[in-house]
Amino acid sequence: MELKPLLITNAMLIDGDTPRPGSLLAVDGRIAAIDPTETPGGTETVDAKGQWLAPGIVDLGVFATDKPAFHFGGITRAALMPDNGPLDGAGLVERAAKGGKPDLWVHPIAAATKGLAGKELAEIGLMQQAGARAIATGRTRIADSGVMRRVLSYAASLGLVTIIHAEDEGLTAGAVATDGEMATRLGLASAPAMAESMAIARDLALVEETGAPVHFRQVTTARGLDLIRAAKAKGLPVLCGITPAHLLLSDTAIGDFRTFARLSPPLRSEDDRQACLAAIADGTIDILSSGHDPRGPEDKRLPFAEALPGMAGAETLLALGLNLVRDGHVSPGRLFELLAGTPACLLGVDAGKLAVGKEADLILVEEGTPWQVDAKKMAAWAGNTPFDGMPVQGRATMMWKGGQRIR
Amino acid sequence: MTSSTIRPASDYPPGGDAFRHRHLIGIAQLTPWEISYVLDAAEQWVDLNRSGAAKHDDRLAGLTIINAFFENSTRTLLSFEIAGKRLGADVVNMHAAQSSVKKGETLIDTAMTLNAMRADAMVIRHASSGAVQLIADKVDCPVLNAGDGRHEHPTQALLDALTIRRRLGRVEGLTIAICGDVLHSRVARSNILALTLLGNEVRVVAPATLTPPAMERMHVTTFTDMDEGIRDADVVMMLRLQNERMDGAYLPSAREYHALYGLTPKRLEKAKPDAIVMHPGPMNRGVEIDSSIADDPERSTITQQVEMGVAVRMACLDILTRRQRGVAGWN
Repeated sequence: MELKPLLITNAMLIDGDTPRPGSLLAVDGRIAAIDPTETPGGTETVDAKGQWLAPGIVDLGVFATDKPAFHFGGITRAALMPDNGPLDGAGLVERAAKGGKPDLWVHPIAAATKGLAGKELAEIGLMQQAGARAIATGRTRIADSGVMRRVLSYAASLGLVTIIHAEDEGLTAGAVATDGEMATRLGLASAPAMAESMAIARDLALVEETGAPVHFRQVTTARGLDLIRAAKAKGLPVLCGITPAHLLLSDTAIGDFRTFARLSPPLRSEDDRQACLAAIADGTIDILSSGHDPRGPEDKRLPFAEALPGMAGAETLLALGLNLVRDGHVSPGRLFELLAGTPACLLGVDAGKLAVGKEADLILVEEGTPWQVDAKKMAAWAGNTPFDGMPVQGRATMMWKGGQRIR
Repeated sequence: MTSSTIRPASDYPPGGDAFRHRHLIGIAQLTPWEISYVLDAAEQWVDLNRSGAAKHDDRLAGLTIINAFFENSTRTLLSFEIAGKRLGADVVNMHAAQSSVKKGETLIDTAMTLNAMRADAMVIRHASSGAVQLIADKVDCPVLNAGDGRHEHPTQALLDALTIRRRLGRVEGLTIAICGDVLHSRVARSNILALTLLGNEVRVVAPATLTPPAMERMHVTTFTDMDEGIRDADVVMMLRLQNERMDGAYLPSAREYHALYGLTPKRLEKAKPDAIVMHPGPMNRGVEIDSSIADDPERSTITQQVEMGVAVRMACLDILTRRQRGVAGWN
């Protein structure tokens, strides 16, 4: 089937800080013109009726290829964490990269070490050739500083970013919550929040020494964010991310032993949550992602400490991101930098922006449409959302991948 | 003690409003008057239990109570069993070794199985915090928490409050030191909640490695020095120290723990002259408590606590089954 040129008119373009009226032309799967003055013959025209036209979301760091959830959430590209498998060989990476065809980009993130065991380097170069776009330490960090140093310098030599989970394994051993009133009242084993900043501090020292680019996938504490801020001021090649959960929920959400709110890293204190909001507003946080990790009742309908961490976040990512806009923490343009621009840049893919020449991965967003998160009616294959029952606003109504309508 | 500590029924809201809970999951859900309502209700069962051969009441006749213990226990299980039987209920005990019921889905399945057998009340103990709540949300009958992980052990706190009230004449305005492994103790959590709620000054005395975070948020003061912590206390409540805590991870050795935190007669002199010493059992004699104190009936309330345990559990079973039994005012 031949791909017709696509013209989206009457849209509010998200190509600057604030949405502006305009139109967009895509030809051969790429953005050919913004506000085109003429269109080629045979162009298919879509009237956006005043909806936002934004780049498709590039969700950095999901744990499952859960297409219905990604499509619901306006996610055109998902960067898959290496934990399931684990993705530590070229064949596995190649297969994972094909997991989304034809209507979803899956960008595998390779395991940094064999079996994600944190001991020996995985075949990072071969996995890169097979399609890996970055490497990651997985759900835990690499405990051995010597191994971490070699991982960082090796990945950097291949031009790959290392995606890091920052929690000190000694401090967090056995813990399922953050130290504080909640954990104490519930009788849950907890770890101090500084388990995160300690881990960040070590890795920043290694970054300073090796010059390797890194991305801390989730930074969730005031002290951790302070370290990132200082590192950026020094000019270190450091990015950091967060999920909406740590921006919108504090550890009070685990009250009543709600296992859907059992996350890794665990939900933090209200003070830390406020620090995260400040950091997303001042630009310290670079990437907002879903951390999509659907888990069925066999993993979640358990006593809190026995349940596995993780949340199904893909469907709520956009709506909860729009919350940040409405609350005045970020502009619409900045939101899509967090959701699409910066993650695309990290992965080295030519998308994530409304700019001529970029791949035409596009979404239309009805930013005001109200709906309610319902764990029982999610498109994801499991409904483990800590936002169950929450009224939200905004959803993707149409999606294109490479100029091809997929929803 | 004394009937003078029992409030007249007219002090409480009428009928079921005096205790508005389907389950007894924790002290955290209770109000001060609900606690005192249970304590008052327990008094009559203390009397009954002391009444010689005729210590029996048939109000729960025909009801089936299942004691589902997913964690080993001797005294609590026995206490609940006796409480149920003294009230005339059919009591069944289920010991599910923790090893065979590892997965929580199995836990809920087990609960649903018990539910399908039409239990009229379930008493549950489990090694994981929150497990009892999880079951309570799924079954149709009242659920009594007999201890879940480090979270709560509400009947223990109630029996401790009753013991204090009977020994000292009141359980308010007292200074109470809870000493030992507070971090891993559900007994400590329930007691902190109950005793602060009733208006006592509660102190936590524990090694720094066994003190939970954010203790001040639970309205207690913390001490790492035992002598200071029990100074002028009316009640010294000792906690059991699990053997596995003494292997170097949390504490260097049992010997060192005894030297720093063991309750010796000399140390007890710091407390009020008539201070009572409590222990939920089972004791590690010579580790957290000296035998001479444990066996001193003037000081130790340990056997009385066991006695009050049966009475309090009878009161809880009675109150929580009133709805099923169609007691007037409880619907």
